[in-house]
Amino acid sequence: MVSGRSHDMNALCPPRKMCGVLRIRRELADEIVAHARRDHPDEACGVIAGPEGSDTPERYIPMLNAARSPTFYEFDSGDLLKLYREMNARDEVPVVIYHSHTATEAYPSRTDVSYASEPDAHYVLVSTRDPERHEFRSYRIVDGVVTEEQVEIEE
Amino acid sequence: MAVTVSIPTILRTHTGGEKSVEASGKTVLEVIDDIESRHAGLKARLVKEEKLHRFVNVYVNDEDVRFSGGLEAAVNDGDELTILPAVAGGAR
Repeated sequence: MVSGRSHDMNALCPPRKMCGVLRIRRELADEIVAHARRDHPDEACGVIAGPEGSDTPERYIPMLNAARSPTFYEFDSGDLLKLYREMNARDEVPVVIYHSHTATEAYPSRTDVSYASEPDAHYVLVSTRDPERHEFRSYRIVDGVVTEEQVEIEE
Repeated sequence: MAVTVSIPTILRTHTGGEKSVEASGKTVLEVIDDIESRHAGLKARLVKEEKLHRFVNVYVNDEDVRFSGGLEAAVNDGDELTILPAVAGGAR
């Protein structure tokens, strides 16, 4: 069932305003950034799975970018099937779906929005355009509406 | 020709929240049409201009139907059909 939570949140929360929050453990956030740096200048992508209904990201699953491109990412379709079967078997959902932008800001592009189809996921974007400092931001993307949320890193 | 079709979260609004539905048909398109007859609106989310929508992956058992005939791919009794939204995007 599609949760009403995200929709309600969006109703209260106009685009480009920060509402909601992603709480994520430091080590998981670090894994995402390390993956993004490792694959730069290509985009990196993956999932942090967590128990269904928990909204808690727990299991880091880096995915191969089948497009191997600096401007596009796509999970390989066979890998995607395996991933979802595994998550279903473990009663998990993709709590976080992450990817990197390697030359632009960490904000969802039109392409990102058109593909986004997990209304309950936190879409994390990391920008690696600056070699010294990364951007790490999180969004809900529901029915084509982008809502940025706060990121709380838990030590 | 009964097959089990697993429905992704985003499309469960069309199936009353059900994660999977039973359907029949000899091809992917027939199965989709059969589901559509009970859950109106689903087909438009999967099929565009008589082709599978590019945002959606459909598998018969382990096979992505894009590589095995698309909507005309054969479906047999007892097969499992999985619908998954593609996970893709990027700065482009």
